[in-house]
Amino acid sequence: MKTLLLLLGLGISQLSFALSAGQPAPHFSLSASPANPALQLKDFQGKVVYLDFWASWCPPCAKSFPLLNQLRADLGNPDFEVVAINVDEKIEDMQAFLRQHPVDFVTAWDKAKQTPALFEILGMPTAFLVDKQGKIRHIHSGFRRQDVSALRAKIEQLLQE
Amino acid sequence: MLATIMRYFWFFFCLSLLAACQPVKPWQRGSLASEQMQLYQGSLQSSLDDHVYFSKEAASGGYGVAAGGCGCN
Repeated sequence: MKTLLLLLGLGISQLSFALSAGQPAPHFSLSASPANPALQLKDFQGKVVYLDFWASWCPPCAKSFPLLNQLRADLGNPDFEVVAINVDEKIEDMQAFLRQHPVDFVTAWDKAKQTPALFEILGMPTAFLVDKQGKIRHIHSGFRRQDVSALRAKIEQLLQE
Repeated sequence: MLATIMRYFWFFFCLSLLAACQPVKPWQRGSLASEQMQLYQGSLQSSLDDHVYFSKEAASGGYGVAAGGCGCN
């Protein structure tokens, strides 16, 4: 019985309670650093936000950046914004990546790594599509070129709501 | 009495060792994903090696974790 309780306790501690679609996006606030301005989700209230968690060492992130930049430009809608939060250990890694993959959307470095923990991301990249009411409507894990059209359709649908 | 205390001591000692096991979070895998941490250097060489093993020995896999442990999908 004791062994069973012990195993049960250990099992529960390993469980992950990831966010799911339909839940409100957790509020976060990143303080300003020399490389990026202060950023909080509230700044984008009333907009559809593609909140992307990425790192310089993640190959699909490198693939996604030009595609996301293009998608944002193609949509050209002021009610849509891509917000990319970097989780690199060193800010220099992020800066080198952005020099190689320049983008027009908002990027920020989370020094304390509070936001990936808050959003309980399970892999890199993970993106959250947040609607105008601040609710998570879609969670996108990984990134492939062929994902863009489905993403675009989802974003357009949210923009019409 | 002493035996009971010692039993409890070892039980909690072992429990505390288990608590030290922490999974690496996806955003902590930067160092694991670096080239220096790879078991095999060079993706072309390892894919050729893999092909040789598969064609000559009908064996494949078992060279480490999928996707190099960087957590990328």
